[in-house]
Amino acid sequence: MANPSITPELIAKHGLSAEEYEKVLGILGRKPSFEELGVFSVMWSEHCSYKNSRPELRKFPTTGPSVLVKAGEENAGVIDIGDGWAVAFKIESHNHPSAVEPFQGSATGVGGIIRDIFTMGARPVFLMDSLRFGLIEGESEQSRTNRRLFAGVVAGIAHYGNCIGLPTIAGEVYFDESYNGNPLVNAFCLGVLRHEQIARGAAKGVGNPVFYVGAETGRDGLAGAAFASRELTEESKADRPAVQVGDPFREKLLLEACLELLASGCVAGIQDMGAAGLTCSTCETASRGGTGVEIDIELVPKRAQGLSPYEVLLSESQERMLVIVNKGQEAQVTEIFEKWDLPYAEIGVVTDDGQMRVRNGREVVVDVPARALADDGPIYYREAAPFTPPVGIDLNTVPQADPLTVLPRLLAHPSIASKRWVWRQYDHMVRTGTAVLPGSDAAVFVIREAGKILAAATDCNAIYCRLDPRQGARIAVAEAARNLACSGAVPIGATDNLNFGNPHKPENFYQLRAAVEGISEGCRAFDIPVTGGNVSLYNESPAGAIDPTPTISMVGRIDNPDHITTQYFKEAGDILILLGEIGSELGGSHYLLAIHGRKEGAPPALDFTKEKAVHQALLILIRQGLVQSAHDCSEGGLAVALAESCFGSRLGAMVELEGADQRPDVILFNETQSRIIISVRPSHTAAVETELVRSGIPFRGIGAVTGGDDLTVTTGASVYNWPVSSLHEIYEFAIPRLMEG
Amino acid sequence: MATYAMRYAVIQFPGSNCDTDCQAALASFPGVEAEIVWHKETSLAEYDAIVLPGGFSYGDYLRCGSIARFSPIMTAVRHAASTGVLVLGICNGFQILCEAGLLPGTLMRNRGLLFRCEHRHLRVESSESPFTSALEQGDVLDLPIAHGEGSYFADKEVLKALNQNNQVLLRYCDADGTVSDEANPNGSLENIAGICSHGRNVFGLMPHPERVCDPMLGGIDGRAIFQSMIDGAFAMQAQLPR
Amino acid sequence: MKAVVTVMPKPAILDPAGVATGRAMEHLGLKGVRSVRIGKSIEIEVDGADENQLHEIAHDLLSNPVVEDYKLTILS
Repeated sequence: MANPSITPELIAKHGLSAEEYEKVLGILGRKPSFEELGVFSVMWSEHCSYKNSRPELRKFPTTGPSVLVKAGEENAGVIDIGDGWAVAFKIESHNHPSAVEPFQGSATGVGGIIRDIFTMGARPVFLMDSLRFGLIEGESEQSRTNRRLFAGVVAGIAHYGNCIGLPTIAGEVYFDESYNGNPLVNAFCLGVLRHEQIARGAAKGVGNPVFYVGAETGRDGLAGAAFASRELTEESKADRPAVQVGDPFREKLLLEACLELLASGCVAGIQDMGAAGLTCSTCETASRGGTGVEIDIELVPKRAQGLSPYEVLLSESQERMLVIVNKGQEAQVTEIFEKWDLPYAEIGVVTDDGQMRVRNGREVVVDVPARALADDGPIYYREAAPFTPPVGIDLNTVPQADPLTVLPRLLAHPSIASKRWVWRQYDHMVRTGTAVLPGSDAAVFVIREAGKILAAATDCNAIYCRLDPRQGARIAVAEAARNLACSGAVPIGATDNLNFGNPHKPENFYQLRAAVEGISEGCRAFDIPVTGGNVSLYNESPAGAIDPTPTISMVGRIDNPDHITTQYFKEAGDILILLGEIGSELGGSHYLLAIHGRKEGAPPALDFTKEKAVHQALLILIRQGLVQSAHDCSEGGLAVALAESCFGSRLGAMVELEGADQRPDVILFNETQSRIIISVRPSHTAAVETELVRSGIPFRGIGAVTGGDDLTVTTGASVYNWPVSSLHEIYEFAIPRLMEG
Repeated sequence: MATYAMRYAVIQFPGSNCDTDCQAALASFPGVEAEIVWHKETSLAEYDAIVLPGGFSYGDYLRCGSIARFSPIMTAVRHAASTGVLVLGICNGFQILCEAGLLPGTLMRNRGLLFRCEHRHLRVESSESPFTSALEQGDVLDLPIAHGEGSYFADKEVLKALNQNNQVLLRYCDADGTVSDEANPNGSLENIAGICSHGRNVFGLMPHPERVCDPMLGGIDGRAIFQSMIDGAFAMQAQLPR
Repeated sequence: MKAVVTVMPKPAILDPAGVATGRAMEHLGLKGVRSVRIGKSIEIEVDGADENQLHEIAHDLLSNPVVEDYKLTILS
């Protein structure tokens, strides 16, 4: 079977520019083979090499005293959590595959991020996800497609996460027109390990055997990485070989086997085969090890007939690992593979010549310096368009809508409404650690093995990011930290998933740059490292680019189980206190979008010093046992936050917003930042007040929790009353009604 | 209530996920040792009680529990059950026991077609079993479920026998104990959530008691089931010749 | 009209259920298992439909053309 000859068309089809091809010629000193062309094309694709974003990503703060493995070093960053324990966590996207086949696209996304965690030597313990879709109301073809994508993605995540036995404990789901045709599926995983268990993806030890373990290789997702780097067109929908099917059962076996392998001490290095499969794992381990790796394609376990070397090298079959074994210990390793019934083969050896060399039996088909592929890919400094700050909202152009009807409408908006329909499909209790179930500001998880309590949240308001990417990103960080504070946690690290459009367009590139800078500023303000993350570009279709969406997933630590706090009111009679200002900012608010159809204005202001002061004050109160519940104000403002707090135990509230001489709709639905509603036992109010005065943050009493069914809010001369039970019904059934008819 | 030293075997099949959860829950009872036993073992002679935990053995492929029932360990489980040793099957464990014929009937896909994870109320139908002896008939327990195939089905004859012999131990109910269709999360016939064998020493249930043994995790209603077993196993020990 | 639509995963697509079932067969003593693939059989009885309509239904609803193939057999 002859390979096609290297023509300009073939080079272009591989996504390599003429200059990149020249660079290849320079590195090799000759023309590449067909297989080498494929290998360069995947390793230098945006998805694998981050060639359009690396210069920006360098701006992230990635170091700190708790950082054991930093961003970019290995598959995931690792943070110390005390007493010799550490956590490895990361978020990753699988956007384009989910647009084509939502179930398998999201399932394999979950599978991929889980592998990134256990390849570090950590036992995965929980998952989160951040999902975005187009609008799901109505009977248009687009809405029906969006519902299908939403249902398929959730089912796929459930399928994979439930089968492999990992709880999905938190997440977010947003619905906005800008995601039509480009759903976003960002999957997060966190694992736990002892410091000495950290495993590296490096091919160490010249002469060590290289093993392949896991599912047999097929034609799955051929050139999936190159596929993700091109925009979605009608043609790409027919790209069937780009669909990978996940096998979570296989991955469960692989996970257990790898953890046993690593405990055995027989392994010198280990790397999962993710994007760009065997190619990526081979050249990356060689590059990290400062060595070379030679493998024989003929020895690779295959499940399809007639796979060419090109296909084997580029296949993205799931659930496969590359393991560098200490010479002489092969028997112990294969015994573990046999126990877990996993296909495996010894396919190569670690060399000392720095090359990635691939044989097909006797014939050499690839012989390339590993570093050139893994590290020395092209880097582009794209052009960023100048930014025009958005114009503030002129309140005179916003007719006052009646809060009585606005609140139910906001609660029915799928982005705000209850996501129970989603997380009820996830086993969120397996591994018996979920102390705070989905639905509250942050999830809280007890790591039994380590005796440590973690909180985790994932946030990004993309409307703010669309209006002002830097500010939106700053707010995403602040909001995640605020959600952690409301649960009683101090942030320890963050991971980011940057979802943007085509970086060749200067306005999109500006968004990427500004978002990175906003995130960096935020993480510095909270003194936390970015542990790693993912970049997903080209999220564009003929309809346009998505709103810039830099998703932040943040992890925090709670030192005492008594500090675990949820957002739900607890007892009738508890006093309500607002930490922060009444506020007034409507720019980018869901009120403006959902009720007035406007995605306009400037996002709210954010002062990190003030924000941190509010978190500090709250944590001090929580640690003194003075807080019954805490919930932050975000989409939909104070009114939505109050309603959500009532829903947990169906307790009403009587709220008075005195001294506020603004329009009621502004008071109730503005999205001014740095605000948290707390409820406090009456006997504790004096102590709370003393502490809050000492802290210097703005605060005011706003009322009390009642035993009845009414949420009553008085502002100035206006009194608004909603029955909690009917608000709750609207909130709970908004999404089920749309999805189940 | 006295506590006794007993050894539990928690069977681990390829794909079991709740094995360490069960082990941790059991270890919270004084005097209980819980060991994970690999499915290829062939003897369970040294164990006082056996747990088949939840999860996705063999990925739930083909039918839930259909492949696990042929694992080598199942011969030992079958033998132990025949000598009166207590065998508890939780969720996937219940499915495996049904496929293996150690319990009648089968678990089918939830009528809502979606996987469902949430807390439910369960009514204790009989306290005359080693698994519910610490409870009273009519007690309402708060136990979580997490399954896509939990709808219990058996033919008319079998159902009749189950009811006549008081083999239905738990039914889905609402907060005040009313067994109604609304309270049925998956379409199980007669809201059946858990049944025991004719000999009463094998019990299968879809809810997860091991997930509610720790107050930090939202409840402790699961403890009563394990406590009943601990007390029940002692009663068995007292009767068997040594 | 009576028809049967058989839906199978596409030949190139991984079938995890088939793989696991094949291994289970081997453990039960069946030697030399080369491939197991699991699909669905959908039996349809319908008045007044023509073959083209059934093909459309099979393609649009009963199978997922991204990962599955279907075969339509008209029985009567």
